[in-house]
Amino acid sequence: MEKIVQEKYVQLENVNMTFFTKKGTFEALKNVNFSIREGEFISIIGHSGCGKSTVLNLIAGLLQPTDGNLFCAGREIAGPGPERAVVFQNHSLLPWLTCSENVYLAVERVFGATDTKDQLKKRTQAAIELVGLAHAADKRPNEISGGMKQRVGIARALAMEPKVLLLDEPFGALDALTRAHLQDELMTIMAKSGCTAVMVTHDVDEAVLLSDRIVMMTNGPAATIGDILDVELARPRKRLELAEDGHYNHLRSEVLKFLYERHAKKAA
Amino acid sequence: MSAIGISKEDIKTIMNNEQTVASNPVASPKAAAKKAARPAVAKRPSALALKMRAFFQWLLPPIFGLLLMGAVWTLISHQSPNLPGPVSTWHSAVELFSDPFYTNSPNDQGIGWNILASLERVGLGFGLAALIGIPLGFIIGRFQFMSRMAAPIIGILRPVSPLAWLPIGLLVFKAANPAAIWVIFISAIWPMIINTAVGVSKVPQDYMNVAKVLNLSEWKIVTKILFPFVLPYMMTGVRLSIGVAWLVIVAAEMLTGGVGIGFWVWDEWNNLNVEHIIIAIFVVGIVGLLLELALTSLARRFSYE
Repeated sequence: MEKIVQEKYVQLENVNMTFFTKKGTFEALKNVNFSIREGEFISIIGHSGCGKSTVLNLIAGLLQPTDGNLFCAGREIAGPGPERAVVFQNHSLLPWLTCSENVYLAVERVFGATDTKDQLKKRTQAAIELVGLAHAADKRPNEISGGMKQRVGIARALAMEPKVLLLDEPFGALDALTRAHLQDELMTIMAKSGCTAVMVTHDVDEAVLLSDRIVMMTNGPAATIGDILDVELARPRKRLELAEDGHYNHLRSEVLKFLYERHAKKAA
Repeated sequence: MSAIGISKEDIKTIMNNEQTVASNPVASPKAAAKKAARPAVAKRPSALALKMRAFFQWLLPPIFGLLLMGAVWTLISHQSPNLPGPVSTWHSAVELFSDPFYTNSPNDQGIGWNILASLERVGLGFGLAALIGIPLGFIIGRFQFMSRMAAPIIGILRPVSPLAWLPIGLLVFKAANPAAIWVIFISAIWPMIINTAVGVSKVPQDYMNVAKVLNLSEWKIVTKILFPFVLPYMMTGVRLSIGVAWLVIVAAEMLTGGVGIGFWVWDEWNNLNVEHIIIAIFVVGIVGLLLELALTSLARRFSYE
């Protein structure tokens, strides 16, 4: 039976976000409106400080909007929850737990009530294998490389079988080669799981390569959505083939034009 | 201190080496043979010699320090006829420690019993302080409201000299021993509360975000995130506490009497046995040092890094 795809699986309605700090109020987001289709991969791109991470944290429920509404699967987002798993920029693994214990912590929380201990362990192992880290399952985070840590972060998020996967500049701290490798793997994994994803990035190539749509944000303060670009590239996508693809390069230059012509960041 | 790790093999290498034992005619043919077989090895000993030198550089300064202390002590004891020098103190110590566990009367017991009595008081007072102080530190660190509430209490009570609490203890418990334990308790509790609370308040927001996204229960947050993170801070508090407790016990026992190293010092003062007082100073210092070393190694074992 064909599953009915929800057009507005995640929805942001007139979202405003103002931070009240000691130095005064700071209007970060103003009138952010967009929705995400079920199974879609969305990238949010913009200059640093434009509030793209704030949008992600709002969807995650780590922040509450000053004004406006957010919905996920038809329900208002009231706080953080395991159905919206986050892959953090700095991986945020607990250094005193091994890789598999880090994943297990999440698995236990989500499935502890329904599964047996054996099933929980199998889920953990499956997630670790999915990101190709079976050999490092019993290592601590400080014994593995940055790329591997980020893989564990992804495994932890995916093991929760979230409705929406939220990625906050997941590959920002990695070297170019590792980053490319992990991007390819993420594409494979996402194609398999079919889960909805929102990724914050400042990397144009990454955004075009991975996304179905790219949400481009204007500069802050009071940042909002400048434009949304449809990426109509067939999947599976191959990095090398795309490098010479005319449409890919057109999309790439569209994003670059948005970032450096229409909303160029004033020199600091 | 890898310098201490000189194994038998290392010593053999030194002995068989032509640079170290070049003047030894018996060993040199062997060394020459070795050199012919593997000429590159000839350069090796310099690394080992460096290791040896590093070892002595590590060992000598503390020895010089102790010798200097002994020299100053001897000098002063020559100037002041009432103060015994190192030699007479040593003889007295040998005699004292030849029978550390005798009991003649409640007020005349061996040095061993006195040390154990003091350690027992410190253990009890310190244990109670840990039992109450560490959970309290967690609560204060976790909840802003509790932290604000506790701030004036800690601020006022912490700077109070431990012995000022002794009369309160005597009044409430109506006995010397519980009063001494009470003094240890009240002076040992602050470092543990404060260090635990500081540790809890320093838990990175990233870890707390993980807890939020996973919707972890408060119990899981404490056991899986807070406790492992705070452990090193807590151990610092424990170490400071035991230091304070050991400092205070001598003074407390001087006032309360009974059995204990502090009382013993006062008793020997009344007997005008100055050698024993000096021995007691060393005993207190060495036991304190051992406590500190034991806790430091314990803390290192619990560190997750």
